[in-house]
Amino acid sequence: MEVVYITIGVSIIVAVGFFIAFIKTVKSGQYDDTYTPAVRMLFDDELVLEKDDQTNEQINNEN
Amino acid sequence: MSKGNCYHCGTDFTTEIIPFDEKEFCCNGCKTVYEILNVNNLNCYYDLEAAPGTIPTEIKGKYNYLDEPEIISKLVEFDDGDTTVVTLYVPVIHCSSCIWILENLHKLNEGIKTSIVNFPKKTVRVTFKNEETSLKEIVELITSIGYEPYISLEDADNNKRKVDKTLIYQIAVAAFAFGNVMLLSFPEYFEVEEFWLDKYKVLFRWIMFFMSVPVVFYSAKDYFISAYKGLSHKILNIDVPIALGIFVLFVRSSVEIIFDLGTGFFDSLTGLVFFLLLGKFFQQKTYSFLSFERDYKSYFPIAVTKLNKEKEENILVQDIEIGDRLLIRNEELIPVDGILINGEAMLDYSFVTGESLPVGKKSGDKVFAGGKQTSGAIEMEVLETVSQSYLTQLWSNDVFNKNEGKNIKNITDSISKYFTLAILIISTSAGIFWYLKDPIIAINVVTSILIIACPCALALSAPFALGNMLRIFGKKKFYLKNAEVIEKIAKINTLVFDKTGTITSNDESKLEYRGEPLTKEEKARIKLLVRSSNHPLSRALYDFIEENTSEETTYDFQEIVGKGIQGEINGNFFKIGSASFVNAEKDTSFNTSIYIAINKEIKGKFVFKNTYREDVENVFKTLNNHYELVILSGDNEGEKNYLETVLPQNTKLIFNQKPEDKLEFIKSLQKEGKKVMMIGDGLNDAGALAQSNVGISISENINVFSPACDAILDASLFSKLPNFFKLSKQTMSIIVASFTVSFLYNFVGMYFALTGNLIPVVAAILMPLSSITIVVFVTVLTNFFAKNV
Repeated sequence: MEVVYITIGVSIIVAVGFFIAFIKTVKSGQYDDTYTPAVRMLFDDELVLEKDDQTNEQINNEN
Repeated sequence: MSKGNCYHCGTDFTTEIIPFDEKEFCCNGCKTVYEILNVNNLNCYYDLEAAPGTIPTEIKGKYNYLDEPEIISKLVEFDDGDTTVVTLYVPVIHCSSCIWILENLHKLNEGIKTSIVNFPKKTVRVTFKNEETSLKEIVELITSIGYEPYISLEDADNNKRKVDKTLIYQIAVAAFAFGNVMLLSFPEYFEVEEFWLDKYKVLFRWIMFFMSVPVVFYSAKDYFISAYKGLSHKILNIDVPIALGIFVLFVRSSVEIIFDLGTGFFDSLTGLVFFLLLGKFFQQKTYSFLSFERDYKSYFPIAVTKLNKEKEENILVQDIEIGDRLLIRNEELIPVDGILINGEAMLDYSFVTGESLPVGKKSGDKVFAGGKQTSGAIEMEVLETVSQSYLTQLWSNDVFNKNEGKNIKNITDSISKYFTLAILIISTSAGIFWYLKDPIIAINVVTSILIIACPCALALSAPFALGNMLRIFGKKKFYLKNAEVIEKIAKINTLVFDKTGTITSNDESKLEYRGEPLTKEEKARIKLLVRSSNHPLSRALYDFIEENTSEETTYDFQEIVGKGIQGEINGNFFKIGSASFVNAEKDTSFNTSIYIAINKEIKGKFVFKNTYREDVENVFKTLNNHYELVILSGDNEGEKNYLETVLPQNTKLIFNQKPEDKLEFIKSLQKEGKKVMMIGDGLNDAGALAQSNVGISISENINVFSPACDAILDASLFSKLPNFFKLSKQTMSIIVASFTVSFLYNFVGMYFALTGNLIPVVAAILMPLSSITIVVFVTVLTNFFAKNV
């Protein structure tokens, strides 16, 4: 049962790891603006679409 | 009348339509923005949202001051000579297209490295290379696509607000400890005799101890500080029993594990701190797009153009000296008091008084700070410096320096005095009783009482009730500065209203025609004439006349600045303008009027009338039952008779009040022992708003500015004011009711404590149970009452 020292030790280290990670995310301001990133994420698709249009146009022009 | 919408900004077409690229635009501004975006392959802007744009404003020369290194250094966040970072506040940001276009600025200007939008705060943070572009170029670029940034005197102060995140860290520490301690203390809850448990419980207990140390000394430190401060002011606030409870919990638990007497109450300790901090956190709700701390500095420009021997020079507003000559361009704000030297001024004082109709000034007239020039450029000579001007010296009053909130006792504190006394009495008498009977149990009982009486549920009632109500109000567009405002509103007994802009509506100035009736043809011709004028009154008249614009041609059209317009249509000579312009007798009423003369014969006049908000009558009637009502206006007595007929009889009407008078009036009411609420809108109410117990600012558009106050109400909801007041009072009743519930829990706990039977598992169940039921109780009740509003 001495293994309990290891398991508890490991679990606390993991927990402390998450705790530090949380503090870091707060400090770096990741929760300051919770709206804009959600919108921004969707823009990448739009940009790709636009590029597709352009390439299509180019192909059409070449024809 | 509407013939469709502008492809760019969505405005209904009322005048001519500008077709371009198979799309229709309302004005050249919108067309230009479309062109810019089109050329740069940024058309995606219009795919994200329909008609997302705003009409760009004229900026010729307006941002020249951004060339001055001194001013730039005050605005930028970071500058290493190579790269610069600046955050600009852009109030018009309103949809996802805005985010998209502002984050693609680098496609419009090569020098821009990145631009990041913070949508809730309506800011865009631009990083650019100094070599390739400049701050002025960037500001002009985003203005040209319709996103004019707002740069004010406030930005120059440069002490950016730092958000305090300590509470979040404290909660994180408490939550971490709470979760782990719960797991570790679980095995011992059932007090089974078991070999392995016996062998490792010492390890478990010491881990719990070490986890609780930061909770007590970091997470809970504010309770100790607050209790100490309270005691040194001889106030028994709610933090006294809380701090006592936490202290006793920690000491007793430590003693128990050191002398191997038991497991201690570390689970209850960490849980208690965690729940208390959660309550604190819930009570905080900030509206990042609003500010409740604004003074004149957020309205005033940062720089102004000084005329130095016919040479233009940009200087900081603080550096203006008496005797300077200033050039004020169209749409610019007059920063200081002075005398108009050159040009015709039409000053819009809506920031100050709430009056939306511009006031005309001739050269030689005195002009006051705070007015916005609306017709062309003017020159003025400075009479007073910024801080000494008529309006701005209001802020030198002490009321703006007071540190409020310190001496206000809230509902929890007022009840905790008796609560704390009761607990101290019970624990001492129980201690004496048990000491005589069985001295060993005595300490056990006393500490148990202090632990179980720790008013967790009591301390959570108000934060959760007020915090929840704060959010409900926010959803209903009544934005409060903090949760305490609800408590203050519930105590109010006197209401003071400003008139213009508060009980009258700002943008719905109604026109009324008086005089000889005009024929349809004449009206159509007047409309044709006013179409050619950009004067605000002309535009208002244009919108008012319902007939279609005459299709005839105007000859000899002339606009005489500051007087009116004239022109000949089909042989008839029209003159539209001020009384002196058409040679009419000026009447005695104070309302702005436009006179009409056809062929030198005066036909009549269009009179602008303030319209009162819908339901003003009903609102006042309802409020009159519970409150003393006062109208405090800076205007003349022109509408006194009308107001007397509409409002309840005992409403006090006071006119001709200067900003300082308003402040003093509130003060005098407070000296009579009244709890006063001021409801106003303009900067001239700022003193009264700050002096009153609760200051509510009414705003037509909450994104635009409102003076420092405790609450901001969307103007369209004026009629709901009585409901909001009622709801605040109900919230206080809910808190009192939840106090009763939490006392019941204390009685139950006290039974265990007094009989000496408080074991950790009982405390561990009772404490979270009471907290959670209280939270559920107040949340359900506040939501229920709010439903009916």
